[in-house]
Order: sequence, then C-alpha cells, then structure tokens
Amino acid sequence: MSSSPSINAIELRGVTKRFATPSGGIHTALRDLDMEVAPGEFCAVVGPTGCGKSTTLTLVSGLEKASRGTVKVDGRPVTGVTPGVGFMFQTDAVFPWKSVLDNVAAGPRFRGAGRRKANDAARDWLRRVGLAGFEDRYPHQLSGGMRKRVALAQSLINEPRVLLMDEPFAALDVQTRSIMSDELLGLWEQTRPAVIFVTHDLEEAIALADKVIVLTAGPGRIKATFRIDLPRPRKAQEIRFTDAFVSLYSEIWEALRSEVETAYARSTAEVTT
Amino acid sequence: MAVHQPAVVAVDADEGSVRSRISGRVRRRILINVCRVALLGGALGGWELGVNTNHIDPFFWGQPSGIYKQLKTWITDGTPQGSLADQILVTLQEAVYGFLIGVSLGVVLGIALGRNRFLADLFSPFIKVANSIPRIVLGALFTVAFGFGLTSKVILAVVLVFFGVFFNAFQGTREVDRNLLSNARILGASRWQTTRQVVLPSAFTWILASLHISFGFALIGAVVGELLGADKGMGLLIRSAQNNFNANGVLAGMAVIGVIALVAEALITALENRLLRWRPPQMAGDAGV
Ligand SMILES: Nc1ncnc2c1ncn2[C@@H]1O[C@H](COP(=O)(O)OP(=O)(O)OP(=O)(O)O)[C@@H](O)[C@H]1O
Ligand SMILES: [Mg+2]
Repeated sequence: MSSSPSINAIELRGVTKRFATPSGGIHTALRDLDMEVAPGEFCAVVGPTGCGKSTTLTLVSGLEKASRGTVKVDGRPVTGVTPGVGFMFQTDAVFPWKSVLDNVAAGPRFRGAGRRKANDAARDWLRRVGLAGFEDRYPHQLSGGMRKRVALAQSLINEPRVLLMDEPFAALDVQTRSIMSDELLGLWEQTRPAVIFVTHDLEEAIALADKVIVLTAGPGRIKATFRIDLPRPRKAQEIRFTDAFVSLYSEIWEALRSEVETAYARSTAEVTT
Repeated sequence: MAVHQPAVVAVDADEGSVRSRISGRVRRRILINVCRVALLGGALGGWELGVNTNHIDPFFWGQPSGIYKQLKTWITDGTPQGSLADQILVTLQEAVYGFLIGVSLGVVLGIALGRNRFLADLFSPFIKVANSIPRIVLGALFTVAFGFGLTSKVILAVVLVFFGVFFNAFQGTREVDRNLLSNARILGASRWQTTRQVVLPSAFTWILASLHISFGFALIGAVVGELLGADKGMGLLIRSAQNNFNANGVLAGMAVIGVIALVAEALITALENRLLRWRPPQMAGDAGV
C-alpha cells in the first residue's frame, strides 16, 4: 500500500488514443479522457462495446502509448510495461504449453526467483484460488472457470499494486461468475491493489466496486462516475437484492442506456449503409 | 464449456465406455494394417506376375524376387564395397549430420528473423531467391569443392533441409498469439525469456511439422551427394548397380533407404508426441500420412 494516500495509484489526464485503421484512416478510440483511481480502490468501468475500455487498460499497463495526454501509475508517468502492474486479459492468455504450476510460477521466474521459491509461492497461490491438486494439468485439461483462476493466480503472485482486469469472467456462466466475483473480492481484500475492472455486466460492476465509471460511446470519455457505498465485506449473490443496490442499478443504467443505444444505432447504421 | 463444479472435470469418463472405445480403436488399427499388407502384397504379386507373363521387362524394371535375392546377397555376402551395414551407416551419418545442422540453422535463423523486422526485411529477397533455385544442383559443386568424403554430402543435406525448417520457424514466430506475448511482458519477461518460453514453444508446432519432410530431404541430399561422387554409401551402391545395368540392385538400394526413412519418421513422430504433450488431443491426434 502506498505510504502517501494523496498520490493516485492510477491517473489519466487528457488522454487521447488514435489508431491507424487498415483502410488508411485514423480511428479515435479515446478522446480527452480523465480518470483516477486511489490506492486500494476498486474501480469498475462500464460502457458500450467498442468505446475504448480495453484500450484504456493497455495504456495504463504500458503495452501501448497514448497519442496525447499523460498516464501515471503511482505518480510516475508510464513509459513502458511497469513492474507493479498486473493484467488479466479479455481472452485466455495462460501459456498452453506450461503446466498449471509453471504458469503461476512464470511471473516470479521471469523476475529472477529460483525455481524452488517460485514453485512454493505458486503452490500457495493455487491453494488460495482453489486449485490445489491441479498443479500438473495443462490448461486445455481445465474448465473455463479454472483457467480464469489460473490467470488470476498468475497475476496476483506478482503482488501488483495495480490490477487491470478486462472482462475477466465474461466467458463464464452466471453461477460460476458470481462464485468467481466473491473469490476475487476475498483475494483483493488480502493484498488490496488498486483495480480497474472492465465489464459489460452492471450488476457485477456494482457488486464489486467502490466506484463505477460509465464511458460514452466511442471515442470514449467519462460520462458519469458513481460511488458505491455498500458495506464490505460483500457477498455478490446476496447484495443484489438490497434496496440500495437496486436504486444504484437503475441510476447507473439510466446513464449507460443512452450510450448503449447510441453505439447500437451507430453499428446498425454501419451495417445498413 | 460451462462447468459448475470443478470436481466434474477431475473425474475420468465412464470406464466401460472408455474401454469399449479403446477396443474399437484396436480393431480398426488391425483392420487397417491387414489391408495395408494386402495392398502391398497385391502390388508386388502383380509385378512379379507381370514379369513372369512377359508383360514387364525385368531388365528395365526389375522384379520383386530379384530384389529380394539381391538384398539377401548383400546381407549375407556383403556388397562389392564392403558390408551393407557399413553403407547404411555412412549414408545415415551424412543424413543425420545434415539434418541436425540444417534444422538448427533453420530454427535459429527463422526465429531471429521472425522476431526482428530489420533482419527480416534485409534478408527476405536473398532467401526467396535462394529458395527458388534448384538447390540439388549445388551438389555437383560441393563434390568438386569438398571431395568424395562426408563433408560434401552433409553440406548438400543442410542446404536441402534448411529452407523448409526456416520458413516454418519464421511463419510460426509470426503467428504467435499477441495476447500471450503481452501477458509475458506484463509478467516481467525479458525479450530473451519471451523468445525462449513463449515464441519457441508456440512456433514448435510449425517447426515439428516441417521435420517430417526435412529428414526425407536430408536423405535425398546424402544419397544424391553419393551418386555424384563418393567412395562409400547407399548412393554409391545404387550408382554401381546402375552402371552394371542391375535394375534389381537400384531398387533394392531404394528399398533400404525407404526403410531408413520409415524408421526416422516413426522416431520423429514419437518426439513430436512427447514435445507437444500440452496440446489438446484433437489437435495432437494421429492425422499423419
Ligand atoms: N490496434 C487497433 N487498431 C485499430 N483500431 C483499434 C485497435 N484496437 C482497438 N481499436 C478500435 O478502438 C475502439 C476501442 O476498442 P476497445 O478494444 O478498447 O473497445 P472495448 O471498449 O474494449 O470494446 P469491448 O467491450 O467490445 O471489448 C474500437 O472501435 C476498435 O475498433
Ligand atoms: Mg474490450
């Protein structure tokens, strides 16, 4: 945890990101985006498809550079991949040729830890995500939910101060997803990194986060920010039915709906023209 | 894909159905092998019959019984240039050296160029030209330059093996999942670690696919090198049979080389299955021809 709470864990100021499109044009994915996440804060980001949520995460992680504006992690401008940042990708990114144990131990091994030490830490994390006994499996021998747990352990073993999650549970069925949400909260409480959690699922966003940010239809910028003051520790399945949750849901959905409709109208217009 | 309890996947499928599936597979294997033997027997029998009924001239085309006799003579009395085992070993040594060197060069350069845009742009026109010329002709040059010994054959085999492996390694490097590369970077991998632990295993599927053809090329390189000029080896044996108008000798030499190629193929398949254990079975399955 950062010793000086005044410095934001993540800070984006006037960030614009443009891509060259295959047809030779320029596509603006983000325009003048401002966003901040305090140390230890859990921030969910929702927005219509294609509004630049994944792009925001790649900028914070240092995998891509902003076209304009500044991105800071722990007060320092991001110039490349930063050691204290973890990233769970939208699609499966565990290494298919490594066993579950080697996948989780990969981070410490890359960073120079000895095999023994890395394996011990990996076993500990596998236990924490509920995968003890699956050390020797290969990813294709696991269910989708188990692969997500491997990815989670793989990120958390590096003890990131900033954790970026790009729709990590989108591919899972509803029951598994709510189980994973609860487990994520439990693990997050242990090390308390600052989190940006991208999701399509508004319920999931409210159940998990301290703060929900709604982005506009692309180019993405902040439409509204909502504080979620529901008490912790939370249980995703139970919190859903409280009055506070329901009123937050309708309030945020009101902000999100018009953006989703805009994005939808745009995409159908593209198809028909 | 939806699994509600992790325990479900940990338990094996119903044992009885697994067993019946296995016995079904064994039965199919046996049937296929019986059919293969019948096909081979039919072809050889037809050939022999064709010779006996004067439809095929054995002077040009040989005949199965003659090939068999020739092989027997070589095995029991040796060949004019020493024992048959010696000839096989010489050719095998040339082919294996050429194969190993060619594969190593192909993998290293393929991955290096696949990972480095500048090198790729620099070398690509040269490699394309070198690949499109009929390289086997270089064998004549090598024989003159490096003599009748091992070196000229190994170099010819290397030249033949290199390109197939190189292009596959290059393509495999280019096709690595970008997500996996990003993940490795985030987890703290250096460029070299990424190459070793992400690019190489990922490109391995492509590289191994090229090895099957490559050993064949290595054998061709060794045998053609010997045909062009050698003092030992299967190529020389075939050459002297040809000089004596002994069609059965040429074909017997080819049969021996064929057996070598089959054994090598089986070894490479075993290696492939070992190295690609991580792949889901429907991808790693025996779809080989
Ligand atoms: N490398 C790229 N080159 C060109 N355009 C890109 C690139 N990456 C993203 N884009 C475009 O930028 C926009 C934002 O993409 P992004 O992946 O951030 O959306 P998203 O909000 O994550 O969408 P989803 O919810 O569907 O995952 C999209 O219109 C996309 O087409
Ligand atoms: Mg996305």
